[in-house]
Amino acid sequence: MSFERMREKLSILADAAKYDVSCASSGGKRENTNKGIGNNTGMGICHSYTEDGRCVSLLKILLTNHCIFDCAYCVTRKSNDIKRAAFKIQEVVDLTINFYRRNYIEGLFLSSGIFKNSDYTMERLVAVAKKLRLEENFNGYIHLKSIPGTSDELMREAGLYADRLSVNIEIPTISGLKLLAPDKKHEDFIKPMQKVKNEILQYKAERKIIKSTPRYAPAGQSTQMIIGATGESDKDIMYSATYYYKKFNMRRVYYSGYVPVTTDNRLPSLQTEVPILRENRLYQTDWLLRFYGFSVSELLNDQYKNLALDIDPKLSWALRNLDFFPVDINKADKNILARIPGIGMQSVSKILQARKFRKLDWTHLKAIGIALNRAQHFIICNSKDFYHKDITPYTLKNIILKTSKSKHTKYFTNQLSLF
Amino acid sequence: MNPQTILLYDGSFDGFLTCVFTVYEQKIGTPIIRKESESNNQLFTISETIITDETKSNRVWKGIKTKIPSSQQKILFKAFLSEIKGVENTLLCYIKNIFDTPNATLIDYSNKDILKISQVAKMVGREKHRMEAFVRFQRTKDDIFVSTIEPDFNVLPLLIYHFKDRYADQKWLIYDIKRSYGLYYDLDKVDIITLDFFSKLNTSVQKENYADNELDFQKLWQTYFNSVNIKSRKNSKLHLQHLPKRYWKYLIEKNEI
Repeated sequence: MSFERMREKLSILADAAKYDVSCASSGGKRENTNKGIGNNTGMGICHSYTEDGRCVSLLKILLTNHCIFDCAYCVTRKSNDIKRAAFKIQEVVDLTINFYRRNYIEGLFLSSGIFKNSDYTMERLVAVAKKLRLEENFNGYIHLKSIPGTSDELMREAGLYADRLSVNIEIPTISGLKLLAPDKKHEDFIKPMQKVKNEILQYKAERKIIKSTPRYAPAGQSTQMIIGATGESDKDIMYSATYYYKKFNMRRVYYSGYVPVTTDNRLPSLQTEVPILRENRLYQTDWLLRFYGFSVSELLNDQYKNLALDIDPKLSWALRNLDFFPVDINKADKNILARIPGIGMQSVSKILQARKFRKLDWTHLKAIGIALNRAQHFIICNSKDFYHKDITPYTLKNIILKTSKSKHTKYFTNQLSLF
Repeated sequence: MNPQTILLYDGSFDGFLTCVFTVYEQKIGTPIIRKESESNNQLFTISETIITDETKSNRVWKGIKTKIPSSQQKILFKAFLSEIKGVENTLLCYIKNIFDTPNATLIDYSNKDILKISQVAKMVGREKHRMEAFVRFQRTKDDIFVSTIEPDFNVLPLLIYHFKDRYADQKWLIYDIKRSYGLYYDLDKVDIITLDFFSKLNTSVQKENYADNELDFQKLWQTYFNSVNIKSRKNSKLHLQHLPKRYWKYLIEKNEI
């Protein structure tokens, strides 16, 4: 193996793969029982962080950036004049093993441009995973991209070697997809998702009867959407995210702010800034839906189509529903506590534990670590000092904004100075 | 005025538990437990050096085990490994509390000692997790994967199972430069060893001892690290928050080779 050539290929094919946000390495259930290499039993590890602050946990590369498709938002689309390269199957295997042995990575995230056709490409991705598992005795994490339009048979095999499978839906609306990726069909994305979901369910059911049934994609499946490429609203995005969570038992939906990579009149111009703050608000909403018991229509509906940028989605829900408050910290149920702005799920469980011993007051709550600058306006506890109830949502919002320091302030100061 | 008793021990967990045993055995009221290395003779104090005795320490640990669940035992051990000055005394208060209360299984986060211990344990846990991430092995000529680290807390004992389970088929060594000891896995078991080879001046493997290709793979890793960065999303604050500068010294991707 020529290391010079490898370096060149690696820089091309890692560069092309970096717009995939998923870097999760948790949820795998592969124990190192055979004195092989690698152990993946639950917690993910971020081995490093890039200068943009994102975690590096997997060797995230494309097998090749040759592609027969011409999707407007993608760097590797066929009409783009860039350097092309391809790894051999054995090269990816060697790279993964050698990086893993040095504790650089948790495993492999392998995606690919589509060459010839879907099945031909997917076959190669599966071959890498198979080689790692069977020949190298590798128990680390493997995330394979399902190529849209792959046959069911290949998808079944993929899940036996991979921990996670994903298809990126990329564009949240069907009309957007038609505009930007005319070669791709919505059904082609859905088919492998459906297959993976069914297989997971089936293997799980069989495992209940026969213990030795192998696990199928133990870390489930995920998908990704590009934010801000087609003018979709936050409501469009979150409603389709909810659809994928429910319909296909997605483990995660990722939101990726569109990074302008090309000039195309269908897309935002090259100077457009990456919508990092919007992305952040979408993730917060995603968390509220998955862990805090909110339903999507409470946060986004026809009246409120987009999330507020200056405050977090939970706070903006609370301001719209002031009659829900105040909540008594010492009495309220878990799901009610979870709805108080400034209190996260960890604080909720600490509050539940601590209040068995004594009634909690402001100092206890502060020690537990809740964000009092927001929470104090929505709760009562074992104290005589409370906020005044007769404040309008608008004033309350301003009070909170004044007392809080957001790392995002720079994004909305322009807006505020207009008033 | 009663002089205060200072118990000096060798710094090991067994040593600390032996001190706890002595406190009960000799009915010492308000002792201070301190490492020998931190001792300074004070007026109006009696210092006593406690010799580590495993039968005594085992008895104390056995007693603790019947009183609190394993999650709490881990927290106690982690807090001890923090080596924060005076942590022994907070732990002693906590252990006394465990033995005095009939049912100590519930965790009272509004109790000051417990909150402090669980916070310290969390810090140690975080450092352990960081080391699981930031260890970078370098393959040597004699086919051992060697890594040197300088963790904030004494987390090596917490790392044994993680690395043993993960790298079962390769010989590896993780050496704590700050505390001058390391873990060595010989394909069968993990031993605690001390070496003269590493010191505060000589903190890593020299290039001439690298295995073939070692340098090439380090370069490949750097190439990878630089290629996955998205420049238009640069966020130095976040980068430093996740990857504080004090760890850079041992991270291949943050150094020139």
